[in-house]
Amino acid sequence: MRPLLEIENLRVTFPTARGDIDVVRGVSFTLGRERLGIVGESGSGKSMTGRSILKLVRAPGRATADKLAFDGIDLSTRSEKQMRAIRGARISMVMQDPKFSLNPVMTIGEQIAEALLTHKRLPRREVNDRVHAMLESVRITDPERVARLYPHEVSGGMGQRVMIAMMLIPEPDLLIADEPTSALDVSVQAQVLDIIDELVRRKGMGLIFISHDLNLVSSYCDRILVMNTGEVVEECRAGELMNATHPYTRGLIASIPRLDETRDELPVLDRSAWAKA
Amino acid sequence: MTALSLKDLDISYGDTQITHKVSLDIAEGESFALVGESGSGKSTVLKAIAGLAPEWTGEICVLGKARGHGVDRGFSRICQMVFQDPYGSLHPRKTVDATLGEALTIHGIGDRSARVEEVMASVGLDRKFRFRFPHQLSGGQRQRVAIARALMLKPKILLLDEPTSALDVSVQAEILNLLKRLRREQNLTFLMVTHNLPVVSFLCDRLAVMRHGRIVEVAGVDELKRGDLKEPYSRELMQISAAHAS
Ligand SMILES: Nc1ncnc2c1ncn2[C@@H]1O[C@H](COP(=O)(O)OP(=O)(O)OP(=O)(O)O)[C@@H](O)[C@H]1O
Ligand SMILES: Nc1ncnc2c1ncn2[C@@H]1O[C@H](COP(=O)(O)OP(=O)(O)OP(=O)(O)O)[C@@H](O)[C@H]1O
Ligand SMILES: [Mg+2]
Ligand SMILES: [Mg+2]
Repeated sequence: MRPLLEIENLRVTFPTARGDIDVVRGVSFTLGRERLGIVGESGSGKSMTGRSILKLVRAPGRATADKLAFDGIDLSTRSEKQMRAIRGARISMVMQDPKFSLNPVMTIGEQIAEALLTHKRLPRREVNDRVHAMLESVRITDPERVARLYPHEVSGGMGQRVMIAMMLIPEPDLLIADEPTSALDVSVQAQVLDIIDELVRRKGMGLIFISHDLNLVSSYCDRILVMNTGEVVEECRAGELMNATHPYTRGLIASIPRLDETRDELPVLDRSAWAKA
Repeated sequence: MTALSLKDLDISYGDTQITHKVSLDIAEGESFALVGESGSGKSTVLKAIAGLAPEWTGEICVLGKARGHGVDRGFSRICQMVFQDPYGSLHPRKTVDATLGEALTIHGIGDRSARVEEVMASVGLDRKFRFRFPHQLSGGQRQRVAIARALMLKPKILLLDEPTSALDVSVQAEILNLLKRLRREQNLTFLMVTHNLPVVSFLCDRLAVMRHGRIVEVAGVDELKRGDLKEPYSRELMQISAAHAS
């Protein structure tokens, strides 16, 4: 079976006063109908990699690749109009900053309904039922009330769950989830991840899961890429992340506090290299 | 002395009551965590204390003085809040200098330049960042600016709403070390919302667990570290956290 996604030598470049800088530098990977985690410190290029797949890198940034294929479709030659038909319906992305990505003047219910209707015609009644059912499935206990709220009236974690609901309702083939659960308590987080998992198993959806939470990614994904300054420095099976060997990955692991923490100070990465920038 | 005391706090937005009889006593110099279910009202409690959610009944006392319902200038010199969203909470067109200096101007405090530099140094921000805009800073640097802004008026109490949940683990470690040091040096009191129990273990003395607008359990951090929380809901949170780490 051909892979769902093939990426070869992806680069994302930004012009700066001191010349061009590559914030993604030659990233290559393939993705099947599986759960791929991407971890790495802030600024390492995780979100830019995700956005490149949807061709959503904003100017003046530029993304180029030797190969960028989704389900056999060469994305690099698709027009903006053709990409719009793919986005949402076939590939969707939960953006890192939910409050920023939601429309502030539309209610939560209207926005989820819109996500559903761009890809399917349905009678009004059924739309409402589907919206409420979707909110309930992301563990929002009073969907009728929440559907009527505006984005500034929901909590941090509710905003994230609304984004997830919007991205899952069209049942895409590939979901790119950028820090989708960072504002959720662990219990709701586990339940929301189960819903995503269900789509991976039932529909064969592929998942790219970008996260700062190494423990979570290692217990939830199949495979992990570790990124540092735009490059993949290590790749491993998810269950083996805690035995990673690269010094950078080891540094990240050491800085995570533990439930039975006794250290008075946490070790941090030596950033002197890029602190000069 | 009690730094912060909440008694039977019921907070509402319009017709919807969000919290039910929330009561807490936090000692001066203590670091106290508020954890629990997403949407249970944790941010709302902090907002009520900060004067940003004015519809409440009950009592809020800060350093022995009852607080009113609105924004209160004298109060903001004692108690400051760091918001949940590090990307949205800084004004995109204000430099670090403008962001930090603003509170001094509002409160008519002089010696602006020296105060800005002093606070930047205390949060570990190099002077070269002083005239940068938020988009020219990394996530961790932005969060340092947000903490620095809260420290400008030399408050006694910091209300921290998930100060590290949007940060990578290494930057999180820097911010947690920073908060620990600031608390020691300035004898600050923390009330911190987080859903990360290991962060509680590292930084806090006690925690309260919230669900559906109520506090279901208050415990010491040693009980958390030993896995000795009592309520079924607290135990569930603890067990899921422990399972991820193994
Ligand atoms: N408009 C821009 N101009 C210049 N550089 C940019 C621009 N947008 C992003 N970058 C840089 O691109 C790099 C990669 O950013 P990206 O958002 O992919 O990081 P990330 O790994 O997702 O980090 P985080 O964990 O903080 O979300 C960063 O160093 C960032 O500063
Ligand atoms: N301005 C508002 N108007 C109406 N309801 C609001 C408003 N702000 C918050 N709420 C509601 O109050 C409840 C509690 O929200 P709050 O932000 O305090 O939760 P939280 O415990 O901080 O959750 P999270 O962990 O997800 O951030 C939610 O049901 C939310 O919809
Ligand atoms: Mg990112
Ligand atoms: Mg909150």
